Amino acid sequence: MTLQQILFFIFGAISLGAGVGVVTARKLFHAALWLLLAFFGVAGLYVLLEAPFFAAAQLFVYMGAIGILIIFAIMLTRGMMRQRHPRANRQWWLAGILAALFLATFVRLAWQGPWTAPAGPVPENSLGLLGLTLVDPGGFALPFEVASVLLVVALIGAVTIVRER
Amino acid sequence: MMVPLQWYLILSAALFCLGLYGALVRRNGIAILMGVELMLNAVNVNLLAFWRYTEPAAATGQAFAAFVYVVAAAEVAVGLALVVATYRTHGTVVLEDIDLLKG
Amino acid sequence: MEFLSNLIVNIGVWIKGLLVGGGVAEHGAALVVKAIGAVVVGFFPLMVVVFLIWAYRKIAARMQGRLGPNSSGTWAGPYGILQTFADAIKMLTKEDIRPQGVDLIPYNLAPILVVFASVMVWAVIPFGPGRGLIGADLSIGIFYILAFSSAALIVFLMAGWSSNNKYATVGAFRAVAQLIGYEIPQLLAVLAVVMVTGSLSTQDIVGSQDVIFLVTLPVSAIIFFLASMAEINARPFELLEAESELVCGYFVEYSGMKFGMFYLAEFMNSVAVAAIFTTLFLGGWRGPWVDQAPILGTVWFLVKMGAVIFLWMLIQITLPRLRIDQMLAFNWKFLVPLALVNLCVVGLVNKGTTEGFPGGASAWTRGSILLGANLAMILATWGMLAVGERQARRRREAWQAAQAGELEVVV
Repeated sequence: MTLQQILFFIFGAISLGAGVGVVTARKLFHAALWLLLAFFGVAGLYVLLEAPFFAAAQLFVYMGAIGILIIFAIMLTRGMMRQRHPRANRQWWLAGILAALFLATFVRLAWQGPWTAPAGPVPENSLGLLGLTLVDPGGFALPFEVASVLLVVALIGAVTIVRER
Repeated sequence: MMVPLQWYLILSAALFCLGLYGALVRRNGIAILMGVELMLNAVNVNLLAFWRYTEPAAATGQAFAAFVYVVAAAEVAVGLALVVATYRTHGTVVLEDIDLLKG
Repeated sequence: MEFLSNLIVNIGVWIKGLLVGGGVAEHGAALVVKAIGAVVVGFFPLMVVVFLIWAYRKIAARMQGRLGPNSSGTWAGPYGILQTFADAIKMLTKEDIRPQGVDLIPYNLAPILVVFASVMVWAVIPFGPGRGLIGADLSIGIFYILAFSSAALIVFLMAGWSSNNKYATVGAFRAVAQLIGYEIPQLLAVLAVVMVTGSLSTQDIVGSQDVIFLVTLPVSAIIFFLASMAEINARPFELLEAESELVCGYFVEYSGMKFGMFYLAEFMNSVAVAAIFTTLFLGGWRGPWVDQAPILGTVWFLVKMGAVIFLWMLIQITLPRLRIDQMLAFNWKFLVPLALVNLCVVGLVNKGTTEGFPGGASAWTRGSILLGANLAMILATWGMLAVGERQARRRREAWQAAQAGELEVVV
């Protein structure tokens, strides 16, 4: 077993274990902390995949922004925290069966697939390549601009929705 | 690169199914959003794994992963805004209790 | 002399040779050397901070006409230099009070994680030329720093929420609101540097500063400095733990060494910010004679970093606190727009200077054009501020006159 495989198992176990924590934690704040740990594990996987930019972006966007937004929302709606609710709804067994079926299908597909060994090393300047692809008119320039418009629209929408009248 | 691609795919499948289960099962709106975030993360692992194993010289897979980030940020901003607004008007974030249209 | 000129790298090579000679495998030896390097890089900020806390107290005391820590009472070294150690021992031996109803795991994890995040930042700070005097020359260097400092905000929420104290929770809210707000101009200022450099690697950023960026990009430097003053919670922006108003912010409920770790992390962050400022804007390890003796680069780096820390101390000791609304208004109405304009101007000018000159402009031409654009920006900002100030004054005088007139009518 090589070092990479060991690291893969460590980060995979972190993200999956934390994922279980997210869906089972009784307190919502704990679920959010588990979610952050899951994000961290996934960031480790990105490092193993030689995509360091995405690992840092994972920390930056998911932990630094989305995680904080979620915790803020939990605190803003914290009247809910005191009440004792069953954390799962009545269809939990159905959802469990559905998720298990999905998992079985995915695993079967992944196992059968005609996957080959990695197709060569990551280029030295893969980050610069990504940047050029994102702003290249023949590449992703239009989706890139649309994505930025989407972000602006989403932020304005969010502000409008929560604004007190 | 000693880790086979299958491992990444199976891991991301497991993460996706956990997120799916969470999104279907939880009653709190914020917890459902957390499940959706897990699913988006699983998708991103898949995208980057395929990028690394099939075509690392092109940046297409990375570009898609970047767009998933944008979508996730937009989704969580609007979703949480809706949850907070619902809490203001209805006093609850349990989505089953929000049944104004049920008649 | 050969050994001395590149001291730290040679020590690493020497240890590795010793281990390989002693029968350890090549990989294992490399791993051990890396581990030693990691420990050294991790301990460096701790050592600096121990000295810095003493220096800060001494300088603050001198500026306020006091003596500061000294050897009266129990002996604490000449000029009280061992005072920090005495304080650390005091904190370690103090009772660890745990309030009722805390959320145990997040409560105990928060002080550890806050120090962890501060140490991690140091991995990509270049102390000298080459690959030997930097923890890891990542291709995403500066983005890694920003990512870690952004993810560290979670820790404040963890500490505030798990303390089961409403003042701590409110303090955490305020802390995150301030830090997220000031992260935006900081990021935009760094982005301007990255655009001019064309790389995120810290070593490349240092390498491209033939003319230091403090001269060619002064607006970015000023924005970054102000924003990081707020990020490290220094005095004019010290609203996270305003002792007199907010008890202590998000870490009220911590005592003993857990409190000490928050305190430590705060000082470590200030040193880290000084190091980042040095790397980004002051040319890092670059200086005369570095080519002959790479170890001199570390000295230059420490000298520059010390100067930045001293400037930070002067501001911190001199100024009073702002109100929270003033602080947020300063960020959102002044720094963020200025940073956005700066980003556009630097981007355009940079593109113009790289494409406009056939065969590429020299560093000096490019630098002077950038400096000109920056000066124009400073002038425009200053003019707009002056106009705004004059209008506000006119409005205020008119209002006062109207008030006076009304009073006369009433009388």
